[in-house]
Amino acid sequence: MIENALPDDPTPTPLKTTPLDAWHRRLGARMVPFAGYAMPVQYDLTGELATRCKGGVMAEHLHTRTAAGLFDVSHMGQAKLLGATAAAALERLVPGDILGLKPGRQRYTLLTNEAGGIKDDLMVANLGNETLFLVVNASRKDDDFTHIAATLPAAVTLEPQEERALLALQGPEAAAVLSGLAPEAAQLRFMAVAALTIAGIPCLVSRSGYTGEDGYEISVPATDAEALADALIAHPAVVPAGLGARDSLRLEAGLCLYGNDIDELTTPVEAGLTWVIGKRRKMEWDFPGGLAVRDQLDNGPHRKRVGIRPEGRAPARAQTDIVATDGTAAGTITSGGFGPSLNAPIAMGYVRKDLATDGTPLHVIVRGKPLPAVVAPLPFVPHRYAT
Amino acid sequence: MASKNADKRYTKDHEWVTLDGDIATVGITDHAQEQLGELVFIELPALERVIAASEACAVVESVKAASDVYAPLAGKIVETNDTIVEDPSIVNSDAEGEGWFFRMELDNTDDFEALMDQDAYDEFLESL
Repeated sequence: MIENALPDDPTPTPLKTTPLDAWHRRLGARMVPFAGYAMPVQYDLTGELATRCKGGVMAEHLHTRTAAGLFDVSHMGQAKLLGATAAAALERLVPGDILGLKPGRQRYTLLTNEAGGIKDDLMVANLGNETLFLVVNASRKDDDFTHIAATLPAAVTLEPQEERALLALQGPEAAAVLSGLAPEAAQLRFMAVAALTIAGIPCLVSRSGYTGEDGYEISVPATDAEALADALIAHPAVVPAGLGARDSLRLEAGLCLYGNDIDELTTPVEAGLTWVIGKRRKMEWDFPGGLAVRDQLDNGPHRKRVGIRPEGRAPARAQTDIVATDGTAAGTITSGGFGPSLNAPIAMGYVRKDLATDGTPLHVIVRGKPLPAVVAPLPFVPHRYAT
Repeated sequence: MASKNADKRYTKDHEWVTLDGDIATVGITDHAQEQLGELVFIELPALERVIAASEACAVVESVKAASDVYAPLAGKIVETNDTIVEDPSIVNSDAEGEGWFFRMELDNTDDFEALMDQDAYDEFLESL
């Protein structure tokens, strides 16, 4: 019964490792393959750390909601986009207003394809000095960087930052923890970005994350990653947290996982991500698939991403079929599991437009049996970002 | 060590079995619950259900994933432990005691002895 305890990963061996690989193993991580990397899914904490949190997906999740969790997300792709016209060049690939992104600010955006499908979702920061900083998904980074580099004018260059690690410090205590090491961290507003020295280490810090909580993502030279991680867990509020908790936290926060909830066959309109389209970009619709997206926005999509709450305790996982109460096909769950903060099963998925209203009763087909469920507002757990 | 769980047998799917007459009590091993992590949902087989050996007949779910529990031997379900359905954490805290899953009337009690004993299971765990 253990064999299928984790989803099959088609990734060929050998796995790549992050700069914190040995650190994770020392702290009692259970390592699993994810997007080609050996990554910690959860920890069996010991010693002093175990007095803060025993470890495990549930405990790491709850600790992040009440104090702070430290996540290694070094598998994600980091790159600089350099040149006086870098923002204009990136706008040829994304629907966001990048020209209007001020120095010191970060924005969530999408790489779209010609049909308006989503090639990836990413963060773009303006570091000033004609430099943008991109963070893309691990599973997409090679394709993304090839795709971006292929469209750049000669004056703009893409520089993948393979010698950098990325840590996420998340939770209501994150600001107090980081401010203790770098007082300027307290002044950063949500989605602000700044170069800060943390425990003597030069870092690039953004006030953002993937949990719905206040927190930071910290880009650090790979050689300093362990020292930074040690400095952060030295604070009694912080415990290391794995990909398991990261997934349940983002699902409660209603945030999309690329490859599950969004992909090349879903559009920003269906996914409820039209807010990423910049006001100015809606004049021209001059991003890949822009006209298709405008058409879908005008005429309404056939399906929409919604939150779903199954009744009872049984989780409805990704790929679960959804049917309407009249028995007709309604859609499919794209992310589903158990929400530790809600102590109940939660899911996201796509349903027919006529069934996408909050409160609509549905059935989810779990192990061949229809279980009652209801369309629910997202996020399941309110966001508590810094202002 | 041999006497520790002399009356208990194990499967490679990490179920444990004890036998009282022709009634077998079945659960998942402590190793299994530890690997799965905190359980949040358990589904048990219906009473009177007739099941073949190695047939999937119960489900355990952690935050992350669902896993099947298999019948270690052939027989008929005669009792289920509904307290673990109400509180799956009992399986995490006492997998091989209060956290039993179901009892079944065996077709053939001889099959019980063919399962792994504690030493064989410990050896099997070390080989994983």
